[in-house]
Amino acid sequence: MTIVFNEETFRDDFTFRNSPVAIKRFPFPFHEDRYMYSVNIEPHVKTAPGSVYEHAFDVDEHYVAEMRDRELVLAEDPLRCQSLPHMELAGWDLLELIMTSKAEDYPDLFELYRDGDSWRWINRPLGIDDSFTFGDASTLPYGPMEYITRQTQGDFALLDQRDGNLWMDAGIVTTQADWSLDFDIGMNFFEWHGPVPLAHDMRVFERALKFLLNLQHGKPARRLNWTMTINPRLDTSPENYHKWGTDRATVTPENVGNLVHLRVELQTFWRLPRSNAIVFPIRCYLIKMDELVTVPKWAKRLHRVLKTLPPELIDYKGLSRYHGMTVEWLSRYDDGSPTSPGFFPDDWQDFQR
Amino acid sequence: MNRGEGKLSVVVDRVDTITPMIKRFSFRARDGGELPRFSGGAHVIVEMPDGEILRRNPYSLMSDPADPSRYAISVRRDEAGRGGSRFMHEKVREGMELTISMPVNMFPSDRRARKHLLLAGGIGITPFVPHILELAAAGAAFELHYNVRTREQGAYAEDLARRFGDRVHVYETDLGEGFDLDAILSDQPLGTHLYVCGPKGMITDVIGRASEFGWPGQNVHYEEFLAPQPGKPYQVELARSGITVEVASHQSLLEAIEAAGVDAPYLCRGGACGQCETAVVSCDGQILHNDHYLTDEEKASGEKIMVCVSRFEGRRLVIDR
Ligand code: FES
Repeated sequence: MTIVFNEETFRDDFTFRNSPVAIKRFPFPFHEDRYMYSVNIEPHVKTAPGSVYEHAFDVDEHYVAEMRDRELVLAEDPLRCQSLPHMELAGWDLLELIMTSKAEDYPDLFELYRDGDSWRWINRPLGIDDSFTFGDASTLPYGPMEYITRQTQGDFALLDQRDGNLWMDAGIVTTQADWSLDFDIGMNFFEWHGPVPLAHDMRVFERALKFLLNLQHGKPARRLNWTMTINPRLDTSPENYHKWGTDRATVTPENVGNLVHLRVELQTFWRLPRSNAIVFPIRCYLIKMDELVTVPKWAKRLHRVLKTLPPELIDYKGLSRYHGMTVEWLSRYDDGSPTSPGFFPDDWQDFQR
Repeated sequence: MNRGEGKLSVVVDRVDTITPMIKRFSFRARDGGELPRFSGGAHVIVEMPDGEILRRNPYSLMSDPADPSRYAISVRRDEAGRGGSRFMHEKVREGMELTISMPVNMFPSDRRARKHLLLAGGIGITPFVPHILELAAAGAAFELHYNVRTREQGAYAEDLARRFGDRVHVYETDLGEGFDLDAILSDQPLGTHLYVCGPKGMITDVIGRASEFGWPGQNVHYEEFLAPQPGKPYQVELARSGITVEVASHQSLLEAIEAAGVDAPYLCRGGACGQCETAVVSCDGQILHNDHYLTDEEKASGEKIMVCVSRFEGRRLVIDR
């Protein structure tokens, strides 16, 4: 599979778009016509060739543009990438995990040569060819976590495990749906989940924490989360609220298809072997309504899901301003006929061939 | 590495008799490749096909975390145990193929520590070997105090003392020696983390003294290998599977569930991780809680049982499995 990387932006003129292939493989998050909150964690194993679940770290047509956007965010605000000193080893773990995975999954794009601690890394899409000493940060232009995550789509949280808890002690966050690394750094699992109003059931958190504390090396897990965003803006961080907060007011019945985006996070969880830390990559996928309705099943289903979404969720996800308009707009694509079960488009089989 | 498997096929590379009671086994990957990296304090579960029975016991890794070509474990022969250590001593030979779990670490070091103080007793030395190698490689400050019956039995004492000189202190308890806990505890810089592994009595002593000396709880770490205790045989009904299993006196409840072909989650098989927690549907009798995962209140409530180490005595137990 050859990937043609898009020339596109996630700010100002917003030229981001999905090709027909990118639309078909979009991680549509609803398997039925109604949304029910669930923890929905499953093993992150190779599934459905061609889908975003096929590889450990999905690389798609947005790769180069997303990395350029990350560079812009970091240049403006270096605090979007932070690592407490005891997390450097976890950074090396992450670098190793990503480099070995990508070199294996995308041999035409990435190459890794290792001779003991002497490593050479070639990243063709970004034009990088670096030799360095594994474990010696002075041989890289950045710390290991920053170095590799400047070359990998998605935000990353590195969690240290101690005292029966998890601590967000390092991370890089530039494509985030409304949370702040600078605010959360050094916090434990319960503290950083503090302001979640709906899942106030402590037992849900306790169960999630126990799951993560017992996460095993070699058995990564994944789940999907979703929200909606106006414009294909990756960086909807609290720090930048003044830039994107007003976007919501620009939605009109005429521009819903172009402005309103479904935003899906593919979250994965990995135990890192050398440091015993956990890495939590959060990969963001965006799709505008005009693109989404080219898959008839998804158009019908999203219409039904949004229509039946409980008011407190509409509010919690920040959709209030444009929820009604979006449901109305989508209703044109819903003839009321039944939808097939599962996430994938009806012609997914043909697409895979 | 294949995602999702969680198990490793290995070949027994070497078996060394360290003392009459202790053997060391070294493993390499069956496919000749590298073994997964691990951190100091990690253990693996070794699967032992012993005739009809499949035993699974946890052992700390004691090889160098920087060397992915081999893993090593030490097994102390336990005549009174349920048979796992005897199997390892009597049946496992060089060249044999075994299945082990991926490493799991429930006894990691805290990398923020200014200094690491390690206290070991007997076979409790094993998790500290990779800890020390890791700390030394990272240039971290550490100090090991190791109580052992005789120098001969101090399996790895000589080697550690040779390599790390005055950072390693060995005491022969048969000669009346032993570490001076109070002196050690009272003479540590602020920000020191304490790690203890050894017999139960020693762990309890160290934790108790450290707390009297005002050590913060987060700075004190311990690992106790809880082997499932033998006991009277009993029956348990598995509500979800709709079957009743017999738990023999030298079998754990988890082993009985597995032997019946029912899948049950586990990680440590030693009462520490919480992974095997199972809800009790009804109980007419007494659960013998042997884990240190459930709180005292949870144990008293009788609503949960850790099937890897706990047992039951009484008329009828039904669990949600
Ligand atoms: S398996 Fe860890 S507590 Fe039972």
